[in-house]
Amino acid sequence: MLEIRKIQKRYPNDFLALADFSLSVKQGEILVIVGGSGCGKSTLLRLIAGLDQPTAGSISLDGTPVLGPRPEIGVVFQEPRLMPWLTIAKNVAFGIRHLPAEEQRQRVAQVLKRVGLSSLAERWPKELSGGQAQRVALARALVGQPEVLLMDEPYSALDALTRHDLQEHLLSLWVDQQPTLILVTHDIEEALFLADQVVVLQSQPGRVKSSFPIHLERPRQREDTLFLQWRSRLLKELDHANRVSETSSGPVTRQHQTTAVG
Amino acid sequence: MSRESTLDRPLPNSQLERQNDALAPPSINQWKRTGETWLVGLLLPATLALGWEISVAQGWSDDRLLPTVSTILVALWELFQSGELLTHVANTLQRVLLGFVFGTLAGTVLGSLSGYWPLVRRLLDPTLQALRSIPSIAWVPMFILWFGIFETSKVVLIAVGVFFPIYLSLSDALRNVDRKLVEVGQSFRFRHHELILRILLPATLPTYLVSLRTGLGLGWMFVVAAEFMGAEYGLGYLLIDGQQTGRPAVILGAIVAFALLGKLTDWFLAILARRWLRWQDGFQSGVEHA
Repeated sequence: MLEIRKIQKRYPNDFLALADFSLSVKQGEILVIVGGSGCGKSTLLRLIAGLDQPTAGSISLDGTPVLGPRPEIGVVFQEPRLMPWLTIAKNVAFGIRHLPAEEQRQRVAQVLKRVGLSSLAERWPKELSGGQAQRVALARALVGQPEVLLMDEPYSALDALTRHDLQEHLLSLWVDQQPTLILVTHDIEEALFLADQVVVLQSQPGRVKSSFPIHLERPRQREDTLFLQWRSRLLKELDHANRVSETSSGPVTRQHQTTAVG
Repeated sequence: MSRESTLDRPLPNSQLERQNDALAPPSINQWKRTGETWLVGLLLPATLALGWEISVAQGWSDDRLLPTVSTILVALWELFQSGELLTHVANTLQRVLLGFVFGTLAGTVLGSLSGYWPLVRRLLDPTLQALRSIPSIAWVPMFILWFGIFETSKVVLIAVGVFFPIYLSLSDALRNVDRKLVEVGQSFRFRHHELILRILLPATLPTYLVSLRTGLGLGWMFVVAAEFMGAEYGLGYLLIDGQQTGRPAVILGAIVAFALLGKLTDWFLAILARRWLRWQDGFQSGVEHA
């Protein structure tokens, strides 16, 4: 159980990114957070990852507070962020460097097989496509078998086809290990395809606007009537969230809407 | 299934092809072109040397101050046969290498510290920058007073010359390492030394290797100065000796030896750099260069 209690994040330049933000995520749940740009999504993930500290409030995982990066929490960033000087296998081993060499080798081989990249183990990052690189990043986060996996718009830089592939792939991996998955995105369809629970954020300052449990059956079909109904409902919600928080700038709202449709 | 296999295949990446091109043996045409470039470049010096050779042989001019190429080669050969040349080369090489090693060590350690810890930088950098603005040769009298006229003062002088470019570029490069990569290390709870060894130093390796080559070049420059200040052996000594005994062929022979050794050691570092930087994905990183 991941518990976020009344956190606030104010940056040194006095920008209030999150205010009075509370959320709790059950073990093994897939929570997707959607919101326009600048609504504090990434800030929230950084706080949960322990890369940054809230200015008020607390975050705890299974009752113990998150005061810094923890081994039970894995992160996949928006970009793959692979070390260009390490081969794929060594990049993945980054996450389990404290284990004996033989075990590292085995677990890296295992996780690379699961993400379908065994044949590329000895390649350099520069030789991979964007989708492959992002899967290596996922492997690096999964190899330590985290309880919670945080993903910050992991597929936003990829083309639609690859993105769909990777979303399915992510679900199949999640079924194996069942980590709590918290994914941030601005893509409504991605949210609906993956989530047990969708949280819509409102910006300036970032806070929860609304939260929806999604009870669609898996595997979900993107053309399904129910799926499409949910989609338009969430789009309206997101649009509303943007309108409310950015009354001063109309055109920006429109822009958000188009990105959300993706 | 088919999805997996298409995703699985490595990219037919243009970068890769470019690299493979660079690794493949050059075609005959390429060789020919390289050969032609060489010949064109050699045309001027070769004509001048040959002209001088003929003019001296014909007695039209005097080679007392400017020896011909053949005289230089003969002088070098004589020095080699007497074993003198090897002693000089060995002495000079030893000084440069020792100075290079100490300068590199100091530059690497201090550069890392000041690039990593802002506090160390604020403490150290102003002083080092002030010292850097002093021409290193100006220290020679002081070094002789402190370390005597023998090896120590020479090695120290060379080390000082090597130190600055390495310190400067390493500390600067460290401060500019991609924050996003550092964050990955932080998310895996890297300790300071892990962050430095596993992320920061590898990330700065390209810059660092260039600074090593700059440093080595300066090392060769400073060894001449060091050997001018009184040495019994060494190529720098050979220069002075040639001047004092009126043998310009020996001076030029020593200069040729300097050029060859400098090029050889730099080439060695360049090869190391190419080996260590295979991962680089830069504009032209896979392309062969001289």
